[in-house]
Amino acid sequence: MLEGLMIGLQTAINPFNLGMVVFGCIIGTFIGMLPGLGPMSIIAIMIPVAITLGDPTAALILLAGVYYGAIFGGSTSSILLNAPGVAGTVATSFDGYPMARKGLAGKALTIAAISSFAGGTIGAILLMIFAPMLSSVALLFHSAEYFALMVVGLSAIAAFAGTGQVGKALMMTILGLIMATVGEGALFNMPRFTMGLMDLQSGFSFITLAMAMFALPEAIFLVMNPARSAQGGEGDSSGKITGLRITKEEGRAIAPVIGRQSVQGFFIGVLPGAGATIASFLGYAVERNLATKEEQAQFGKGSIKGLSAPETANNAACTGSFVPLLTLGIPGSGTTAILLGALIALNVTPGPRLMVDEPQVFWAVIISMYIGNLVLLILNLPLIPYIAKILAIPRNYLIPFILFFTLMGAYIGQNNATELLILVGFGVVATILRFADYPLAPLLIGFILGTMLEDNFSRSMQLYRGLGFILERPMTLGLLVLAVVLVLLPSYRAMRARKRAQGVADGD
Amino acid sequence: MALDRWIALIFVAMCCIYGYAAFFTMDQLLPPFMQRNPVWPSTFPKLLSIAGALVGLVVLLGLEKQTGEKEPSATDINYRNLGQYHTGQAIGLLAAMVVYALCLRPIGFIAATILFLTAGATILGERKFYILIPVAAIATFIVWYLVQQVLGIFLRPWPTFLVD
Repeated sequence: MLEGLMIGLQTAINPFNLGMVVFGCIIGTFIGMLPGLGPMSIIAIMIPVAITLGDPTAALILLAGVYYGAIFGGSTSSILLNAPGVAGTVATSFDGYPMARKGLAGKALTIAAISSFAGGTIGAILLMIFAPMLSSVALLFHSAEYFALMVVGLSAIAAFAGTGQVGKALMMTILGLIMATVGEGALFNMPRFTMGLMDLQSGFSFITLAMAMFALPEAIFLVMNPARSAQGGEGDSSGKITGLRITKEEGRAIAPVIGRQSVQGFFIGVLPGAGATIASFLGYAVERNLATKEEQAQFGKGSIKGLSAPETANNAACTGSFVPLLTLGIPGSGTTAILLGALIALNVTPGPRLMVDEPQVFWAVIISMYIGNLVLLILNLPLIPYIAKILAIPRNYLIPFILFFTLMGAYIGQNNATELLILVGFGVVATILRFADYPLAPLLIGFILGTMLEDNFSRSMQLYRGLGFILERPMTLGLLVLAVVLVLLPSYRAMRARKRAQGVADGD
Repeated sequence: MALDRWIALIFVAMCCIYGYAAFFTMDQLLPPFMQRNPVWPSTFPKLLSIAGALVGLVVLLGLEKQTGEKEPSATDINYRNLGQYHTGQAIGLLAAMVVYALCLRPIGFIAATILFLTAGATILGERKFYILIPVAAIATFIVWYLVQQVLGIFLRPWPTFLVD
């Protein structure tokens, strides 16, 4: 491990890569602050830039920096304007915004920055410990297990979608899988479902799809409902942010919160489908339950613990979500799915072989996580008052530019104007799906995993001359059973709860 | 019927068409040597179409019980009263994007982008053209320079008739 760390340090500390971390963090913070542009959209927009770098290590470092920066930027707009750019920072605004209203914006930002830093760093240490362990287990996996594992991942994402949403999430996953079958697959060398169109020969581009699923609907929503954008928020505290210091007592109060939430957040982040949003809400709830009576009364009115908990947890969870990505090659969230797509475009296949074949990529990413967190802390904190000025860009200018960057992202990846029409088409579809409350992340994850899922499935079928592999390999069978249980469990529990409620009503 | 169920209906229909293509049209093109394989190019799509149709039906028929109506938040958009929102502006911008896609090659990146940014802001209600057009032009040149010179991706800057 130490050897790996040294390789990583060597790679990450090279001036170019270091520059990429700093650049990524700043860009991420900058754009992450804009309402409506979450980490997924920002990473999608940055992917063409990362891919043209050519070097997978530098690209991944850049994207990881953007990811961290975006989350930090999201917290900033939650605190200053009560306008969380992403779901993961909604819990931050519960206590962050009241603090800013009390004139403690500077202090709130410092606490957020320190908590994110600690959460991210502790998360990176845990990642360093657990990823190699998981990856040595994963090396024993064959195609059949991979196939089953991906099925588990996809069903877990659906199962965590929330009550009453499991069917919809599954539907979106299958839609993603179906879209992945369009084009010429590597395994069969024959075009499928292209409807004779040349533009579909190589299938849909995942960057176009990512933009269409996330950036475009958000921009359209911003246009339709100006209340979503920051300018709709009352009270402008971005102009005068002072008093960045926190006292020793405050530091002592949040230290245990940070410790607990880093670990909890990390493990929630490892689970597929859970991710930063659940981690931050759960972290907030847990800390409120653990707090004393007087502290509990403060929650929601500007409690420093209430601010620190979700901030720590969401950063730790982001780091945790890298575990399945780097060790199994299976993304657990929309953001890591986009990162996976970028890696595949750079000819790196994440998975257990990654640590053996390309240790420099793996370790450089971990090291750059530390560096990224440090950059956010020392560079962004003093710059926040200036960066926050971006919130003052008039909406009339902002939205056309967001749309333009979305278009550019789709165009420069393929250099094909038809791609733009596909983007707009899917963007409209995605917006309608959003109206109807369909989750879109499962679609993208399904799309990205689709090719791998089919490859592993076909390979197992070929090896065992049929579906026999399911019964002959106990681990595969176990995983597939787990997948079925995961999907059915929420419905079963809801049914039991209803029965019980009915029983109470009937008076037994 | 609510919008989500209409979508489920469309999805089921789509799965049927997809399944039809997989079951009845793909295998005829298969060369004989591949027919001896246990897995065909159509195998996975066949499974997907069946799974998709089943899941779509579950959503369509509302078999999964909803636990109480979710309270719509102030910033979310309720599709039932689209009239309350700036739907026209959104459609205008989408149309502008389509026009941009169609014009990008013929009139070149620079002209198309300046036009798109200006038109976009105008649709949103910007009327200070003496600021808007210079801003759009400067931004366009910066992006073109970055993409073309720094990233090394070719973007045809001028209209086709000027180059050929």
